Amino acid sequence: MSNEIKPDQLLDNIDHTPASGSWMDTPVQIRPGMYCYAAKAESVETLGFPNARPWNPMEDDWKLPENWQEIIHNGIKERLEKFRTFKVFMDICVRCGACADKCHFFLGTGDPKNMPVLRAELLRSVYRNDFTKAAQILKMIPGGEKLSGGRPMNLDVLKEWWYYFFQCTECRRCSVFCPYGIDTAEITIMAREIFNLLGLNIDWIATPVSNCYKTGNHLGIQPHAFKDMLEFFAEDIEEITGVNVEPQFNKKGADILFITPSGDVFADPGTYTCQGYLILFKYLKDKYGLDVTWSTYASEGGNFGFFTSHETMKRLNSKMYAEARRLGVKWILGGECGHMWRVIHQYMDTMNGPADFLEEPVNPITGTKFENAKSTKMVHITEFTADLIKHGKLELDKSRNANRIMTYHDSCNTSRGMGLLEEPRYVLRNVCDNFFEMPENTIREQTFCCGSGSGLNAGENMELRMAGGLPRANAVKYVHEKFGVNTLGTICAIDRAALSTLMEYWVPEVKVYGIHELVGNALILPGEKERETDLRLEPLPGMEDEDE
Amino acid sequence: MMTENCEVVGIMNQKYMLPLAGVFLLFLLAYAGVEGAGLQWFFGIVIPYLAVIAFIWGFVNRVMGWASSAVPFRIPTTCGQQKSFPWIKHNCIDNPDKASGVFIRMLMEIFLFRSLFRNTKAAFNTDENNKLTYSWEIFLWAGALAFHYGFLVVIIRHLRFFLEPVPAWLTFLEYVDGIVQIGLPGIFLSGIVLLAAALFLLARRIFDAKVSYISLAADYFPLFLIIGIAATGIAMRYFTKVDIMGVKEFTMGLVTFHPVIPPGVGGLFYAHVLMVSVLFAYFPMSKLMHAGGIFLSPTRNMANNTRAKRHVNPWNYAVDVHTYEQYEDHFREKMIEAGLPVDKEE
Repeated sequence: MSNEIKPDQLLDNIDHTPASGSWMDTPVQIRPGMYCYAAKAESVETLGFPNARPWNPMEDDWKLPENWQEIIHNGIKERLEKFRTFKVFMDICVRCGACADKCHFFLGTGDPKNMPVLRAELLRSVYRNDFTKAAQILKMIPGGEKLSGGRPMNLDVLKEWWYYFFQCTECRRCSVFCPYGIDTAEITIMAREIFNLLGLNIDWIATPVSNCYKTGNHLGIQPHAFKDMLEFFAEDIEEITGVNVEPQFNKKGADILFITPSGDVFADPGTYTCQGYLILFKYLKDKYGLDVTWSTYASEGGNFGFFTSHETMKRLNSKMYAEARRLGVKWILGGECGHMWRVIHQYMDTMNGPADFLEEPVNPITGTKFENAKSTKMVHITEFTADLIKHGKLELDKSRNANRIMTYHDSCNTSRGMGLLEEPRYVLRNVCDNFFEMPENTIREQTFCCGSGSGLNAGENMELRMAGGLPRANAVKYVHEKFGVNTLGTICAIDRAALSTLMEYWVPEVKVYGIHELVGNALILPGEKERETDLRLEPLPGMEDEDE
Repeated sequence: MMTENCEVVGIMNQKYMLPLAGVFLLFLLAYAGVEGAGLQWFFGIVIPYLAVIAFIWGFVNRVMGWASSAVPFRIPTTCGQQKSFPWIKHNCIDNPDKASGVFIRMLMEIFLFRSLFRNTKAAFNTDENNKLTYSWEIFLWAGALAFHYGFLVVIIRHLRFFLEPVPAWLTFLEYVDGIVQIGLPGIFLSGIVLLAAALFLLARRIFDAKVSYISLAADYFPLFLIIGIAATGIAMRYFTKVDIMGVKEFTMGLVTFHPVIPPGVGGLFYAHVLMVSVLFAYFPMSKLMHAGGIFLSPTRNMANNTRAKRHVNPWNYAVDVHTYEQYEDHFREKMIEAGLPVDKEE
């Protein structure tokens, strides 16, 4: 494991003042702990991507196709025409530096090439050399090449790109502060598309993508196993509540299709959030007759295709509408996830719509029309639950969460690529009494990434993840010390996994909870027995003694 | 150590000494060309016309180039609460769902540099707390705003050289700009503000380690050029007292396409004109195009309503997908065994 580096050591290494000299003359050093392993050949092959072969970033020879420079040049050219974002963002940066200290990776590593502006300049320098008039004019003057700020593509530059574009989590925090809205995520997305033209994906992205395509979810859980896992949760819930929540699968004619990241089905503490969903759906079924189905085919809400290429994102996302059409549901409900919601909110309808075979989503229990989702026809679970609570449709016992002293982490994608800020907070306040916000420069649209987003939540890049998560952890530590916060709420599956590791490293006293885990704890199921434990089988507040 | 220092100086030279030298060279070229070689017609007539043509042609080309690129997805950066329920307060400017909200958001970006206004400065205190703190950093915003508005007023004031008769509103603007009366001729605040702000931005670029590290020659050149333009302008107005009637005769000649070279206007004026011309010609192929680009930035100029209103991608194409039928074919037996419903029982 490469997270042998201790927190104190990591902190000592941070220096935000760049060395003197020119960044262009500072060659990249690919360092263990800071990069993810190369994609396995078989995972690259599943989706028919080029240049599938075993390779190792630490070796000199990356086994690139012969004409790799031409592929990159043409790849940039094509994307400049297809994406105005890319073209405009290549041209208009004035290097004012407002973004420099907004990136969690820069704050956590002090590596100047993690300043968003410089990350973009890595690509922009090649763009200038290959595509701009100014550089072409300056090249004619002796020494003019240096003046243009351009540089030709070579192997060192490619390796530098690869290293740093896989040190960006596409969180968009820099874009909030940029006076022109330049979004480094957009530039990273283009760079990663280009890597995939050369077979340069990382395995933590390529293998989930391959699994998701073939099996339906990132982890490659086969249909029977998926069903087993949810039924196993049902058994746990029955033990705690005395009620069998009976999840339904692939049910034609159900009212609603529910899709959530498969991480919730498999990885703690997401599994408890998943149990929260099951409890909610059982409650709604018994009380109001709402029929919700899960799908084993569309059993992945997340979309690592988004971290591969626009086309791959579309190929994976297509299953959501296809399954909703096949099952004949009215509309789709989506679970707690970050990038999944960026894809649904800003891309899905455009890529795979129109969803004219679905109904404009209405909450059948409250009659609320989800006007903001009337075209895409997919509703976020915290929108749905907030609406139910607002209309008094849920019977909640907050005291069961009384031992949770909460703060709330806005996930990057739902805050900066959607604006889902108040809905989860509303749910949170209704299921838990103790809620303290982190400092305002670290929440809502200014929220800090967990440091592991966009497919970087692997094991081998642990130093990078712990450094990138430092600003988030630092803010949690602040409220932990000031208010005694012991619980970090999130609505993102990657967060639930990544923040747990991050907290263990920086603020071990704080545990990570999904919002619907807290809902599951608080919700009083019809006919339930007196609960003694929460979903984690830990004694409820006031039950500690009886447990002994 | 010595060689290292030399190298560092060498890099600094490349980054700002060359642009600085370039601007000096421009100055000398025009000054000597006019005072020594009598090339008034070249620096006063040929160059300005070419520069304006290059500016217009280049600007239009750049904007058309951007506009010709597709906008496949609606991907605004949302900086506030989305529109969802009537009982949740929607931030209709920072997360606009309608064109009107986008319009206000863009106005605030363009005229008030709203995003830059948010700027913070992160500091890492290495003590027992190891706390990261973020404080509001207003100076870049203030400097940028002063620079752009100073420049704007200077440009508008210069219209007096191109309009005859001078309209009343322009005289009024001059009156406001010259409200601080010290000596004669009266001081125009805009010129001073422009020069001071440009010097501040330059100092920031040189002395802030992070900004210095990211800066290119292309960042210093326009700053030196604008400082040169402002300095020559101020020198002519307050110190050398250029023949203002002669200058007006010259500029009116240019705009009416009957160019004339008035007597009694010296090399300093032509140096000013050359630097302005170079700025014009350089503008479209440089980062200065942010002036046009900001209008076309998809993260700011689009409404965040993709779930409510479908956005169409002009190049959307069909892709290979793994269909449910393929999936069921693959897993049918296991699905039947697990009691999962299947479409084909086989």
